[in-house]
Amino acid sequence: MSEIGIALISVGLAFDLFGCIGLVRLPDIYNRLQAATKCVTLGTCMILIGVPFYTGLNAIGVKALICAVFILLTSPTGAHALARGSHRSGVPLWEGSVGDKYKEDKEGGVVEEGA
Amino acid sequence: MKVFVTYLAAFVVWLLLTWSLDPQEVLAGLAVSALATYLTRDLLVELPPSKPFHPKRYLWFLYYIPVFFWHMLRANLDVAYRVLHPEVPIRPGIVKVRTNLKRDISKTMLANSITLTPGTLTVDVVGDFLYVHWINVRTDDPEEQTRIIVRRFERILKEVFE
Repeated sequence: MSEIGIALISVGLAFDLFGCIGLVRLPDIYNRLQAATKCVTLGTCMILIGVPFYTGLNAIGVKALICAVFILLTSPTGAHALARGSHRSGVPLWEGSVGDKYKEDKEGGVVEEGA
Repeated sequence: MKVFVTYLAAFVVWLLLTWSLDPQEVLAGLAVSALATYLTRDLLVELPPSKPFHPKRYLWFLYYIPVFFWHMLRANLDVAYRVLHPEVPIRPGIVKVRTNLKRDISKTMLANSITLTPGTLTVDVVGDFLYVHWINVRTDDPEEQTRIIVRRFERILKEVFE
């Protein structure tokens, strides 16, 4: 059983690493958030799911599983808040971007500014 | 009913966190769950308007979990490919898609699912519209965009929450 745990933790670490590389290589905050949220959520969840395989289903393992559920719920919400906050405080998209409907709608008054 | 569900959820989380059936722990848990329920009674649980405990909802939810994890795994391989590729092949932009979901909880779940699946990140939800940052905009047609981004989860979430 502990081998499965170690395998899950290793793969999780690899995904966390990809997330960090993405954070460095991608051009603007929105793209970076994409890498950070997706990879870090799955990576960290895999690490936490690996823990009960390693320790057995005891107090530690169950706490790790609950943490995995919380991260799964809160991490995208946090990313959502960061992206929305950045856009509303005027952080521009990368110049290679192909369009920004959100900005158009803010200027067109469909979305209330500063709400 | 709503309060009871909240209380039960709080108590189960407490039992899982302490992982012991010692009477002292259970007694403390009953008290703490009561406090937590009192504080969050209007926030935490919002039951669907009709048939909240119909088994079909839970079966759809069980179906949703593997679908979600499959897309999440794909999302991660996709990001890994993009960040490891020497040229960083991205074509980002913010698109606007429409959802048919009505309740807050289903929109939240939809937004979270979109954020964790390939190449998309929800930036804002305004009424029926979601503003989604897409790392690789494949098409400029709004209908097609909606189909790609929203439809794969919308149907399942409709069955679970609405």
